[in-house]
Amino acid sequence: MDTSLKEVILAVVTTDKERVLHSAAPVFYARDRKEMERVALLLSKITLGMVHDLENGCLVIVKH
Amino acid sequence: MEDYGRILVSGIVAGSLGRFLLLRVDYRQYPSFPRGYITHLMLGFIASALGAIAIPALVEKEYTAVTFLALAAQQFREIRSMERDSLDTIDRTELVPRGSDYIEDIAKTFEARNYISMATALSVSLGVYLTKNIAAGIGIGALVFAAVVYSIRGQRVGDIARVVKAEISFEGPLLKVDGVVLMNVGLSAAREKYLTRALAVRIIPKDDNARATLGNVGQRQAIAHNAATQLGIRKDVDEPEFTPIARRNTESGDIVFAVFSFEPDIECLIEAIEKTPVLESSKRKPLDSPAGRKAAD
Repeated sequence: MDTSLKEVILAVVTTDKERVLHSAAPVFYARDRKEMERVALLLSKITLGMVHDLENGCLVIVKH
Repeated sequence: MEDYGRILVSGIVAGSLGRFLLLRVDYRQYPSFPRGYITHLMLGFIASALGAIAIPALVEKEYTAVTFLALAAQQFREIRSMERDSLDTIDRTELVPRGSDYIEDIAKTFEARNYISMATALSVSLGVYLTKNIAAGIGIGALVFAAVVYSIRGQRVGDIARVVKAEISFEGPLLKVDGVVLMNVGLSAAREKYLTRALAVRIIPKDDNARATLGNVGQRQAIAHNAATQLGIRKDVDEPEFTPIARRNTESGDIVFAVFSFEPDIECLIEAIEKTPVLESSKRKPLDSPAGRKAAD
């Protein structure tokens, strides 16, 4: 039987280091919006998670 | 001792024929497995044999033979769990799963069809025994068959609700259909695809019963599954943002639904949703209770 965590933030991609403090999930820093979306896309393809926008310069990848 | 051959054979033939007529293999019920046909036809045959044998057994005062019917009930329950197990297994590999409610509904239908088969065989053998005429017996069986099938036919979403086209919009990353938030779509490329190529509908319940029924999550999953299988879904396992989602407008009880389908044909989407069966397990009837009726006005 498959067992996996759900509704969990797998990673955070941000253009603003100030916005993420101590994160349990790995944080990836991007220079601009374009790079942030690219990194988030790549991470989502690796983890099969979904990219969500927090509208504060952070994207999170969440497993549903 | 009478010649029971005619009674038995006509009962078994009629019952099996009934099962054959009910063997609707389509996108909703089951993928068309040739092996699935055989399994169900054989079980239908066994059910009819059990039904047909009851009358001769009673006539011969072989009352213990009636316990065979109990065996039949056990047998049919097996069919239900067999269907449930196999659909559950398949469901894990579906891009848009049926959901456990839909599976339970399908499994129940398969079980019920065997009871119909047995009831038809029983009524034909009774008819042949009483009238001594095979044609009359088959006529009685056909009537029973039609009456039972008619009485268990289910409703469809189109019977309890209106389905209309709806507009997709974004508020920041939030995907909205007619103002109701569906989900947070982070990637701008995915947002663009939703805005240009996705379809959306609003399902407006006709009364309070329909509103409660459509609120059921299993029912909504069945709608999403049917829409996705019939129109084709543009999604792969690594693209969860294109999972079709039905959300509820908590103000009005309407259901909004967006899907990124291969066929961008709104008429077909509306038809696919209207033809989705109302699941027995999700059916609610608050208007049948005094409190619900009173609260509704």
